[in-house]
Amino acid sequence: MSFVIAALEFPSVENLVIWPGAWGIGFNKIALEMLIAAAVPIGLFFAARGQKSLVPQGARNLAETSIEFIEEQIVMPTIGPDGMRYVPFLLSLFFFIAIGNLFEVIPMFHMPANARMAGPLVLALTVYALWIFVGVKNHGLGYIKELLFPPGVPKALYILVTPIEFLSNFLIRPFSHAVRLFANMLAGHILLVTFSVLCIALWQTGPLLAVEALTFPMLVGLTAFEIGVALLQAFVFTILTGVYIGGALHPAH
Amino acid sequence: MSSITAAAQVLAQLDADAQKAADAASSAGFAYGLAAIGPGIGIGYLVGQAVQAMARQPESAGQVQTTMFLGIAFTEALALIGFVVFILLKFA
Repeated sequence: MSFVIAALEFPSVENLVIWPGAWGIGFNKIALEMLIAAAVPIGLFFAARGQKSLVPQGARNLAETSIEFIEEQIVMPTIGPDGMRYVPFLLSLFFFIAIGNLFEVIPMFHMPANARMAGPLVLALTVYALWIFVGVKNHGLGYIKELLFPPGVPKALYILVTPIEFLSNFLIRPFSHAVRLFANMLAGHILLVTFSVLCIALWQTGPLLAVEALTFPMLVGLTAFEIGVALLQAFVFTILTGVYIGGALHPAH
Repeated sequence: MSSITAAAQVLAQLDADAQKAADAASSAGFAYGLAAIGPGIGIGYLVGQAVQAMARQPESAGQVQTTMFLGIAFTEALALIGFVVFILLKFA
């Protein structure tokens, strides 16, 4: 297993926003991580589905807890009771991002799947297409008009308001949605790499070895911190998706 | 005096590409530093207010927490864009 992972090309830091060798030949470490991040939730929920016992056990416990978490922490505060139909989408999004992020601290991988722009960008564009579709489906093209020309604004101010609303809703919103996840994971990854390299360098130098007593616990602590960041960023990405969908369903508030 | 002349000679030898790389390297540091100021103040204020709200009304802590994370996510976007600019200037 470790040979397979080691044989895969590691996308270098120069390739932050470009995917080297696209269209089939660019199968690198991140592609493998994304496949695993997609396969693990599928396996988990099929295992949970197969259980017939009345008392939930193992995989079923995790599945039920996570569905409840999405319903109560994400859908109810942001969309409301009519948002329950989006629970499967939000749940898949959450698991895909969370597992992809957790590869940051999994040995042999040590590379979050979302630390290159491609993955977060695709997810953010999917969400972008979804909330525009939901808004237009529920309110017609008047929804776009309402976004660009918010009601209750004096007519003369539309010269100023409309370009700002267009920029913030249609350009900055998907961009910041993707960059938030991407940059957080990249920053965490670089932080861990910096401390690991520092620990190795200190281990090899004789007189400075005493400093290792400070840097190594810091590396361990940062690893724990990054597990929290990985889960928190998955939560934030999902809850922002909920906010965008909720805004499209109920534009009044 | 001779060291200043030597430095001037080194500067004169920098061609356009090297000059551009040097500018990128020096501005990359500023990019993140400047981008971190505003969001730093913002997140501090935001979390402080959220803690105050939770201390006053512990029963609404869950709702405040969700809104707080949402606010943090919006506030830190600027710092993250600054970080991405820094990384792109440095490496890409």
